[in-house]
Amino acid sequence: MKLALQILGVVVAVLLTGAMFGTAGWTRPPVRSEQTGFRGTGMVQVQNPRTLAVKLEENAAPAPQDPVPPGGEPATQTYQNVKVLTDLSTDQFNRVMASITEWVAPEQGCAYCHNVENMADDTVYAKTVARSMLRMVRHINADWQNHVGQTGVTCYTCHRGNPVPKAVWHDNPGPPHALGFAARDNGQNHPAPEAGLSSLNYDPFQGLLDDKDVDQNAIRVASRTALPTSPSKPIQTAEKTYALMIHMAEGLGVNCTYCHNSRAFSSWEESTPKRVTAWHGIRMVRDINGNFIAPLTPVLPEARLGPEGDPPKANCTTCHQGLAKPLNGAQMLKDYPELAGGPMPKAP
Amino acid sequence: MGYYQNIYTQVQVHPLHPEAGVEIPEIENRVGKGGFNYLAGLVGNAQIGPFYLGTLGTLSLASGFIAFEIIGLNMWASVNWDPVQFLRQLPWLALEPPRPEYGLTILPPLAEGGWWLLAGFFLTASILLWWVRLFRRARALGLGYHVPWAFASAIWLYLVLGFIRPILMGSWSEAVPFGIFPHLDWTAAFSLRYGNLFYNPFHMLSIVFLYGSTMLFAMHGATILAVSRYGGEREIEQIVDRGTATERAALFWRWTMGFNATMESVHRWLWWFAFLTTLTGGIGILLTGTVVDNWYLWAVKHGVAPHYPQIYGPVVDPLANPGGTP
Repeated sequence: MKLALQILGVVVAVLLTGAMFGTAGWTRPPVRSEQTGFRGTGMVQVQNPRTLAVKLEENAAPAPQDPVPPGGEPATQTYQNVKVLTDLSTDQFNRVMASITEWVAPEQGCAYCHNVENMADDTVYAKTVARSMLRMVRHINADWQNHVGQTGVTCYTCHRGNPVPKAVWHDNPGPPHALGFAARDNGQNHPAPEAGLSSLNYDPFQGLLDDKDVDQNAIRVASRTALPTSPSKPIQTAEKTYALMIHMAEGLGVNCTYCHNSRAFSSWEESTPKRVTAWHGIRMVRDINGNFIAPLTPVLPEARLGPEGDPPKANCTTCHQGLAKPLNGAQMLKDYPELAGGPMPKAP
Repeated sequence: MGYYQNIYTQVQVHPLHPEAGVEIPEIENRVGKGGFNYLAGLVGNAQIGPFYLGTLGTLSLASGFIAFEIIGLNMWASVNWDPVQFLRQLPWLALEPPRPEYGLTILPPLAEGGWWLLAGFFLTASILLWWVRLFRRARALGLGYHVPWAFASAIWLYLVLGFIRPILMGSWSEAVPFGIFPHLDWTAAFSLRYGNLFYNPFHMLSIVFLYGSTMLFAMHGATILAVSRYGGEREIEQIVDRGTATERAALFWRWTMGFNATMESVHRWLWWFAFLTTLTGGIGILLTGTVVDNWYLWAVKHGVAPHYPQIYGPVVDPLANPGGTP
């Protein structure tokens, strides 16, 4: 009896330890922690150089296409039905088209967007989408430099060789749920991959990232005064903010302390300048989703829509893909002046 | 190696007949004859039973079972009655309190938090009935009331979290969900919402008493085990009849830290530390949102939170910055 119990205890301990190693998502050392703030405040970034190296390799930028000589005939004269890239030369236009194929539809080729019998034809829905996305890229590079800086974005920043970027989100109605008088789940209480597998909101994006007209203070939950002054925000709102922040941290591959001082998350004085960049990023994503992606809903085939009939939308991971700077800060835009922000062509 | 230097209790008493205990009037109300269990003997007394349930105990268990069922069945419903998903997701599942728009409505629709209120009612009834039972059993045995009052301190924290504070805040939505991870995520969100609970002085006190409890508990347990070769396990007798075990234990602490508790006072230390953990914790929660809305700002205002040099340039809220909003 005693021996059997001892053996059982050892077996259970070994199994539990094995299960933890196998399922808890741990990585083996080394772990490098880098101090980023005043000593003693816990302002550190934790990275594992081994997994970081893998991540950097996955996020390498492709070599740019050969530059084209300046001048030449405008693309609008060579081709018919050019509506967005009207300020490019024919050579530049061809270069952009070749690059888009490489970045967005390397396997499907030109036919992913074009009717190859008549390239000017607009019948393929993906061409309509591509035009809107080109406008968006130029808009981001011109008007969102407080987030993307001079690094800018190209199609590759999000697409990485996929017609639809890998990290997109749809409105999430949640898992199947008993109806009738069974208690509702309040949008929470299931393992939420978007919120670091916590039990927080499984859709932290809807209402916070999908609309440019969202209340500017929607994410802010902490009081700005020491003592209560006005009706306060409920804890459920704090939980949604928390879920969104976990998404941001995971999407960027950083700790909370990349932007915040954890002693006072809401205090701007205690924060790092990165928080301002992230603040503009949140507005940029709302702009992208509300003004460029949502209007495409009627154009998209049903297979591209989510369970609620909404288009695939962007969040932080769409571009960042686990790095604080997408593509580790590769300056792709410098090699693609065609995509730089300029006079934005008017929508047709 | 002495028998006391072991993880498990090495001495198990297995008499021929289970011990009935002292004579008390309700002794005939006990259920079962009692028996012995080796596994129970490893961690405690090998004898299990006979039991005294009584009216209060039965009602308490019934109420607790109702609450357990309401919570468990709603969790199961939240995975569409899928037994596999119920097991896999169990730590994530929860029964949520009503949303803020329901305020303090006594019974909102069942699906909108009504179940939470019912579960809360039955769980609270179960706990309070159990408290009365503890009190009455202590009286029946002629004991002091140290155990029921200590349990009352824990009930105070429970009631503040789920009942008193939500009423003061005017909304059941301020209460804690029933669920394993969800109540932990709630706790983190609660701290974030109210500007970092670590700056709440009553939270500080509660932590002191909690960690202090564990340390005192370890010191006392270790001391008694270490002097049990000199009869130290007879610690209650040694309160008045100090033997060599007590002398050695006292001398050990005087040598190592200059001061020692006595065989009596160490138990008062332990009781008060445990009692004050939940008492101060409850006060801290009660003040959060009702009296103080942001503990960090409160701590800055009162000179509790130190100022650290800012190593970056000034970081300004873009909303406070004219033209910052595109």
